[in-house]
Amino acid sequence: MFQITKKYPLNQDVDALWVLAPFISLNAKPGHFIILRSKDESERIPLTIVDVKDEQILLIVQKVGYSTEELCTLNEGDFILDLVGPLGQAIVVKNVKRLLAVAGGVGAAPLLPQVKEYAAQGTKVDLLIGAKTEDHLILLDEFSHYCRNIYIYTDDGSKGQKGFVTKDINEILQKNSYDHAIVIGPVVMMKSASQITLKHNISTDVSLNPIMIDGTGMCGNCRVSINGKTYFACVDGPDFNAEGIDFDELIARQKYYEKEEHQCRLGLNNR
Amino acid sequence: MKLNKTKMPNVLPSERANNFNEVACGYDFDSAEMEATRCLQCKNPRCVSACPVNINIPKFIDHIVNREWEEAYYAISEDNILPSICGRVCPQEKQCEGACVVGIKGESVAIGALERAVGDYAIINDLNRVMPVRENTGKVAIVGSGPAGLACAYEIRLLGYTVTVYEALHKFGGVLQYGIPDFRLPKSIVNNEIERLEKLGVMFKKNILVGKTITIDQLKSNLEYDAVFIGAGAGLPISLNIPGENFAGVYYANEFLTRVNLMRAMEFPHAVTPIRTGEKVFVIGGGNVAMDAARTAKRIGAKEVVVLYRRDREAMPARREEIIHATEEGVSFAFLRSPVKIEGKGYRVKKIVCEKMILGKPDQSNRRRPIPTNTYETYQADTVIIAIGQRPNPILSRHTKGLKTDMKGYVIVDETYQTTLPGVFAGGDVVSGAGTVIHAMGQGKKAAHFIHEYLIQKKKIDTDK
Repeated sequence: MFQITKKYPLNQDVDALWVLAPFISLNAKPGHFIILRSKDESERIPLTIVDVKDEQILLIVQKVGYSTEELCTLNEGDFILDLVGPLGQAIVVKNVKRLLAVAGGVGAAPLLPQVKEYAAQGTKVDLLIGAKTEDHLILLDEFSHYCRNIYIYTDDGSKGQKGFVTKDINEILQKNSYDHAIVIGPVVMMKSASQITLKHNISTDVSLNPIMIDGTGMCGNCRVSINGKTYFACVDGPDFNAEGIDFDELIARQKYYEKEEHQCRLGLNNR
Repeated sequence: MKLNKTKMPNVLPSERANNFNEVACGYDFDSAEMEATRCLQCKNPRCVSACPVNINIPKFIDHIVNREWEEAYYAISEDNILPSICGRVCPQEKQCEGACVVGIKGESVAIGALERAVGDYAIINDLNRVMPVRENTGKVAIVGSGPAGLACAYEIRLLGYTVTVYEALHKFGGVLQYGIPDFRLPKSIVNNEIERLEKLGVMFKKNILVGKTITIDQLKSNLEYDAVFIGAGAGLPISLNIPGENFAGVYYANEFLTRVNLMRAMEFPHAVTPIRTGEKVFVIGGGNVAMDAARTAKRIGAKEVVVLYRRDREAMPARREEIIHATEEGVSFAFLRSPVKIEGKGYRVKKIVCEKMILGKPDQSNRRRPIPTNTYETYQADTVIIAIGQRPNPILSRHTKGLKTDMKGYVIVDETYQTTLPGVFAGGDVVSGAGTVIHAMGQGKKAAHFIHEYLIQKKKIDTDK
């Protein structure tokens, strides 16, 4: 059992949870994630370890479906039934001078620990961050400690520029030079953003979030095709070089249980 | 003497079509005692040497004849701690029953069914071996709670050591929990056996992925374990390496079975993990895992389930009983078919293309080798399940410096089951490849005694210092 020591909302759809996990905090590095199961009968869901402090790990959860909503019904002092990690490969920080970081929605959460690592080695980081509305922009304060320039986009124009986070990438890449890019957000956004960065010959990493069950390389649910080869996001990733990733296949695999998800949500609303 | 086995009742196929209740019902006392009298009590029992852990089969059967059920259990548990499980899942026709002399003229003695009856008796009556009087000093960590780990933990505990079993998943039992379906091995049996080990003083810790949550080094240095046994199994699915393998609707059997067995997807939406088969399912492979996947697919609602196998029926590695049960349940088989391509629309499975094979000369496995014919067949498919085998999970070896594996990822051990790291032992599928429950248990048990020897030596060296 894993106790939630602190819980606070980042906005109406996103909660931050600090969870006591001494072993995991000991070995966790940027890029690692955990898999948890809120209670018996719950799904196993993967979440990035956003931060580590005093034997606790920070999870940032967007209530996107039944299982994340269920998790967010737990409060400070409550226990998460099962939690295993740290899973996946830690990121390999590249020795680069200038980094372009791109965050879409709650993708800002897994991006933050990576940006921190780069900033710590002296890399100059520019951030493009986008979300539905001003409310949905998360972790801006934290990013401001590590980023030189921050460009903000909202779908409704409530803060920053109106439009998607990918809107000005081309222009920004033409004006500035970068040695590396990291793009984290919804798969569609990672696909289109990395297409642009790759076109500018900038090596680009993305963090993939396919459906997972065990998260230890056993089930193969999370497999992705990259340049015709199969990788397991849980053990080979979740961070990959964007070049050659079959994003469309990943989207199809992610959407496979849409109908069932809908069925679960109906159940949730009736409770 | 009767030439035929005493029949074990099975749930009728029509009654088991839509549920996961156990199919084979087991013997009652009378049937077991009747069957036990068929044993000839051979002076040189071939069944014993054909058993991977050499259970004294005539002895326990003789106890059944005398209605000494408790003694029968203790006779088995000398060599095998999980008779309820092995009685259900061992390929007896290739082991004890295959060697049984009675089987020459008639049907062999139903040793598996008798073992199961004894094991179930022990569970119902909570029989436990008497604990060792003298505790030994020394701590042993077991990595993985599958058959190898459980057998090793039990044996080490009997030798008086402190032992903790670490499991990455949220339930214990390894493949017994996530792999083998309820209709073949009810989870209550597995959980019961784990509880009985707990009563002996074996400790269990879940949600710990050794290599990641805690490394083997940390187990030794931070938690002061004197020895480690790796029984992590072979959990990495082998891929077909054909186009379309990663389309939505293509499962590895591991995923398909884990969703049902571990995550209870058959109870969806009460259990939140979903599963989907569509109407027409193709299962690729001819082993027990393929049978389990096919029969599971049928139970959760697939209209048509076809097993595609590149050899013929005789060459299938699955237990005979599972093939019969699958057939009774309406699973069909297409033999001499080797999948070459999965076709889809919008990255979703639509068709599977197979090459027809013919049988050539026997290969290394002594079965006739399938030879491609360059003629193809295409089937409409909603779901494809790949069940062509597993290899060891690379996580532990990737994150453990000095732990050597071979090219395929199997952990290399010496004749004492010690790995290339001193004090770290390994056994079961992680060493010898996807085998049977009983083989893994046999290795776990043997390794335990080498660990015992190692700990004695270690103590000597430590006191000499």
